Amino acid sequence: MIYRSHVLICAGTGCTASKSIEIAESLQKLLVEHGLDKEVKIVKTGCFGLCEKGPIMVIYPEGATYCKVSVEDVPEIVEEHLVKGRIVKRLLLGDKEAEDVAKSLENVGFFNRQMRVALRNCGVINPENIEEYIARDGYKALAKVLTEMTPQEVIETIKKSGLRGRGGAGFPTGLKWQFAAQSQADQKYVCCNADEGDPGAFMDRSVLEGDPHSVLEAMTIAGYAIGANQGYIYVRAEYPIAVQRLRIAIDQAREYGLLGKNIFGTDFSFDIDLRLGAGAFVCGEETALMTSIEGKRGEPRTRPPFPAVKGLFEKPTLLNNVETYANIPVIINNGPEWFASIGTEKSKGTKVFAVGGKINNTGLVEIPMGTTLREVIYDIGGGIPNGKKFKAAQTGGPSGGCIPASHIDAPIDYDSLTELGSMMGSGGLIIMDEDNCMVDIAKFFLEFTVDESCGKCPPCRIGTKRMLEILEKITQGKGEESDIEKLETLANSIKKSALCGLGQTAPNPILSTLRYFRDEYIAHVKDKKCPAGVCKALVQYVILADKCRGCTLCAKKCPVGAIGGEVKKPHTIDASKCIKCGVCMESCKFAAIVTQ
Amino acid sequence: MKSIKELEAIRERALKEMSIRNNENKTRIVVGMATCGIAAGARQVMNAFVEELNKRNIHTVNVAMTGCIGVCRYEPIAEVIEPNGEKTTYVKLDAEKARRIVAEHIVNGKPVMEFTIGAAEK
Repeated sequence: MIYRSHVLICAGTGCTASKSIEIAESLQKLLVEHGLDKEVKIVKTGCFGLCEKGPIMVIYPEGATYCKVSVEDVPEIVEEHLVKGRIVKRLLLGDKEAEDVAKSLENVGFFNRQMRVALRNCGVINPENIEEYIARDGYKALAKVLTEMTPQEVIETIKKSGLRGRGGAGFPTGLKWQFAAQSQADQKYVCCNADEGDPGAFMDRSVLEGDPHSVLEAMTIAGYAIGANQGYIYVRAEYPIAVQRLRIAIDQAREYGLLGKNIFGTDFSFDIDLRLGAGAFVCGEETALMTSIEGKRGEPRTRPPFPAVKGLFEKPTLLNNVETYANIPVIINNGPEWFASIGTEKSKGTKVFAVGGKINNTGLVEIPMGTTLREVIYDIGGGIPNGKKFKAAQTGGPSGGCIPASHIDAPIDYDSLTELGSMMGSGGLIIMDEDNCMVDIAKFFLEFTVDESCGKCPPCRIGTKRMLEILEKITQGKGEESDIEKLETLANSIKKSALCGLGQTAPNPILSTLRYFRDEYIAHVKDKKCPAGVCKALVQYVILADKCRGCTLCAKKCPVGAIGGEVKKPHTIDASKCIKCGVCMESCKFAAIVTQ
Repeated sequence: MKSIKELEAIRERALKEMSIRNNENKTRIVVGMATCGIAAGARQVMNAFVEELNKRNIHTVNVAMTGCIGVCRYEPIAEVIEPNGEKTTYVKLDAEKARRIVAEHIVNGKPVMEFTIGAAEK
């Protein structure tokens, strides 16, 4: 069947949450009503990345990109665009007057600074159709590997590319493959870590939802390279769309003979199964992940022995992250030299980031390593909302740290971030402005690790809890100067003594905020003030008498009746009644209410 | 999957179907599909273009729609726009004429002069 028009609708998690599936259904219904269902094809794709502007719809052949589409917009899109060929300008992304809509997607600043390697197919193909993946050179790398290359040649290629683990730690991928290949055993395994758990991170989720076959293909290549015939993808059950698309992808790959016995007529056989995680953060740690696949309680084990020697079911195991795998087929197809030409000296290729927090273009971006934070925030991210000042960026989630505004021109790569006391992490990038309290941020991440600590080793189980208690004390205005020192001592000893990565990195948010924002901690304990006005116990709402017009609006809005005063005369807040909800400040039209 | 040939065949087939999503360096046939065009039978003309291109296995040409260009008396109108921007405007089309345009203009590179707006204006 040949269609004259393809309508691509984002069916990633972000756009699905804003009803893209309903939009697709309503479109399908209207196409039938207008007799266009044989002329126009609906293609549900993965994430385009511009989640802030979702749901996203792209109509070809014109290439018109519509954003923030609602179910109510669908009749107009059908009647105007699909019936009469008139672009619905009010829904266009970017410059609404741009005449050349054919290239609008590429012309938007958000996209033209990016380089999509791992996300090459996200938002481009229908992830539930293996043939669309094949059309974009899918499984070509696997064919090449199986028919033209020896396992060692594959490993050398990955080594030469300079690819490093995208799960966060940045271990050289080729070396990892080499170790697993060297281990002698009757059975080996290839695992994929899709237990993405950092708050605010959705890079791996988007790859699985938008391009599941790239992960299957790469795992099969890895199986050939290390000598394994079975793969497991450990994916969290909270990712229902990713799980469903992986299931469809695995079924289709088996049906096409791209998984199973004698792939491409060779004597190599490989199959992949899914294992669903129940959402424990610790299961993203490699040894805990494998313990969980084995059907046991997800707790980490001591290393060594490393997984390459004794991993899943005590057999040599190769474990890589989703994004790492997504890069493999491109490296094979385009050559390791091509990949190594992207990025910096020690960090090759690109990195996907889920950008969130105080930023205009919330979404998914992929940039060459070495791009500066400034470019990501201002050129791609569209800057900070409401003209606020950039204060810091948090990378690496609960294991990472923050980069202050003074280092905004630092290149984003593994080594620069580590040097700054943060880490690459799996790709969460949270932007903070002047209204964020750094002590509060540290507390937020610590609350998370305390919740997620598996409890096996005391430094993590007890130590993180003690650190959290100190932070709570500080944010409640009961901190003492010695607390800061205590925090540092505790943090450093937990770092050294915890069993697994979760505990070892849990103190990082505290250490890095102490490094760059020590003055904020001191303000909390010494002056009993929260400079950003976030920590409620340390904040007082006051009405400035010279600015107040006595309009009574704040008094009417106050839920506890803490504001009093005569009409047209300055009002006052009764601090003993005030619950510090901030409603008065939001409602005041004269900016007469401030926090002190 | 038993051979690379088999994979290549699937790739070719799927690529053709997806070629519509690529606009670069392609000839475009733009059919006027405003009320005037539709009333004069532009839909049949457009479908004839799509079918004929497909029948001849041509995937370097995209068929697009546009609104009213202001000479409604000449509808159905279609313009063939080459990658270099050169434009030929055909008027008073029907399905049969559309097929001839594909055969003579698209395949053989010779615009069908008798259907052009220049010929109609004489």
